[in-house]
Amino acid sequence: MLSISNLHVSIGGKPIIDGLSLHVPAGEVHAVMGPNGAGKSTLSYTLAGRAGYAVTAGSASLDGEDLLALTPDQRAARGVFLSFQYPLEIPGVPALTFIRTALNAQHKARGEPETSAPEFLKRVREAAGRLRMDMDMLKRGLNVGFSGGEKKRMEILQMLMLEPRFLILDETDSGLDIDALRIVSEGVNALRSPDRGMLVITHYQRLLDYIRPDRVHVLAAGRIVASGGPELALELEREGYDKYARAA
Amino acid sequence: MAALQDTIDTVEALAGGERYKHGFVTDLEQEFAPKGLSEDIVRFISAKKNEPEWMLEWRLDAYRRWLAMDEPDWAKVDFPKIDYQDAYYYAAPKEKVGPKSLDEVDPELLRTYEKLGIPLREQAVLAGVEGAPRIAVDAVFDSVSVATTFRAELAKSGVIFCPISEALRDHPDLVRKYLATVVPTTDNYFACLNSAVFSDGSFVYIPPGVRCPMELSTYFRINASGTGQFERTLIIADKGSYVSYLEGCTAPMRDENQLHAAVVELVALEDAEIKYSTVQNWYPGDPETGRGGIYNFVTKRADCRGDRSKVSWTQVETGSAITWKYPSCILRGEGSQGEFYSIAITNGRQQADTGTKMIHLGANTRSRIIAKGISAGRSTSTYRGLVSAHPKALGARNFTQCDSLLIGKDCAAHTVPYVEARNAHCTFEHEATTTRLSDDQLFYCQSRGLDAEAAVALLVNGFVRDVLQQLPMEFAVEAQKLVAVSLEGSVG
Repeated sequence: MLSISNLHVSIGGKPIIDGLSLHVPAGEVHAVMGPNGAGKSTLSYTLAGRAGYAVTAGSASLDGEDLLALTPDQRAARGVFLSFQYPLEIPGVPALTFIRTALNAQHKARGEPETSAPEFLKRVREAAGRLRMDMDMLKRGLNVGFSGGEKKRMEILQMLMLEPRFLILDETDSGLDIDALRIVSEGVNALRSPDRGMLVITHYQRLLDYIRPDRVHVLAAGRIVASGGPELALELEREGYDKYARAA
Repeated sequence: MAALQDTIDTVEALAGGERYKHGFVTDLEQEFAPKGLSEDIVRFISAKKNEPEWMLEWRLDAYRRWLAMDEPDWAKVDFPKIDYQDAYYYAAPKEKVGPKSLDEVDPELLRTYEKLGIPLREQAVLAGVEGAPRIAVDAVFDSVSVATTFRAELAKSGVIFCPISEALRDHPDLVRKYLATVVPTTDNYFACLNSAVFSDGSFVYIPPGVRCPMELSTYFRINASGTGQFERTLIIADKGSYVSYLEGCTAPMRDENQLHAAVVELVALEDAEIKYSTVQNWYPGDPETGRGGIYNFVTKRADCRGDRSKVSWTQVETGSAITWKYPSCILRGEGSQGEFYSIAITNGRQQADTGTKMIHLGANTRSRIIAKGISAGRSTSTYRGLVSAHPKALGARNFTQCDSLLIGKDCAAHTVPYVEARNAHCTFEHEATTTRLSDDQLFYCQSRGLDAEAAVALLVNGFVRDVLQQLPMEFAVEAQKLVAVSLEGSVG
């Protein structure tokens, strides 16, 4: 599924990711944890294709296809989805319109038939119900005036609707209270399947109580410094990142 | 949502293709007035139109006054001096004389309008074909009206909808009573020029208490090279009547600048309402070099003459090399209302100086201005607006909202509001914002599967949504597509 090899990324000439390698097979959920400034968000933006993130060496591929050669929309059409740490507000564009437009664009790029309007509405209602979101929220400008928690739910709603093959969750737990965290996690877990991969980027262990990872990696100073099973997350929770930060 | 998909489809269809799809030329035999401007030319035009003597005198008077006037230079636009002698002031397709029905219109002209997507065929609607647009169209080609549809149908409700040249002959009293009562001959340089040489345009009269049974529209097409278009539109909504009127404009792509100096006058009597919508898509000139394009110097004004009358202007300005245009309302009647909803998009080397004037004369008059300016490329966009309340306009209220959106680093947006309150009992509110289309928003849209052009179209359509909602359905979809097409190539 996702293969990252010896990746080097600079922003404005300053190296942030420094020889990162990571492999996430289909059907698995991998967590990337690390202290602030370790390069967690840089990794997620680089995979999604944000401008200004210069890859100076290394590779990243999805099912053998070079991701780095694709534009952000092409990556989305191949099934890459990034749940943003800070989702953007789009005034004047209702969430329903936004999601429908995105879905149609992806269908078109993949040469698939368009989802019909009734089918689309049915699916949105289902997904919104699962996330306990009011349909009225979907008729207002996307994320405009939403709380941090509502924005995160909106990200997961988009994810449920777009049905990506590879999910990147960037600090999805930040800004969520415990109930919202559970609801959002249920949404994410609903997408777990043998042909999907998932990269969960987080600072805290608590999200991993709900989204159980198969593997946990520690990111420090721009590279993976330790990998292990779910127990690694618990160890980090107890002991902090200090020893890894020093080791890096 | 379907319209939005259309927007995206259009952008995709146009990617790498021709940006301005109305830029073709219709090849047909035309007759011209001799080049240049003089009293003889004014006489020539008046004679062509078989006008009454008083009209010729009116034109000549306007011409003489124009000679003594100076071109205005206060707008934030920059262009080389216009040589008014280096243009044709009359151009018309050669045709048979006598009354014309659609069957007699040159098929080449019918094909032109078909290509532009303008419905000139009544049959489908009269035969009750589902989905056929119920819109009456006056098609103005260079200096003449070539067809006006649904006239018989409209006449049943007493509505007059015809070329103004014809109204001068058939309804002289009505025309004489209202012409130039909203925009006086010497109002400004371009309006005065128009008064001398205007060749055609639409005339609308809605009798008391009548709600016009269909949308009326005029479609202006400049075709001939080296000509200017000077149309004159006069709309009168008598007591308690209602009309919705649409205006569209296109022109071929040429290296020369062509002048379009129109005058539009609206009169709303007691309890009458006029809704006037424009989708202006004149050729904007070459986006790289700035060569060619239309100079759109237009005077549009409404007189809310009767108590409780209402006029609403909605404009989508995407074309023209230079736009100089301020659709305004004189709120004379007590409790009358004026509205101005505007989207002005400039790209390439375009310059737009546009806005409105809301002149509150009567008590308890209300006005509302929502102006959205979008600048891309190396263009300049200026909102210029006046809100004034006169001593008798007690209780006048205005709300103004001006939002500017910048795309890229080489464009500019300006907001120049003038506010005058000449009594202490009026309430004026003004809000203004300027934002740059953010890379973060663009990336967010792209990360969901939209390509760069579609992302811009989506964000911009969101920005102008309040105004698009004011347009009649048929135009809203068109306008939405136009917004996308106009901004093609604005992101790298």
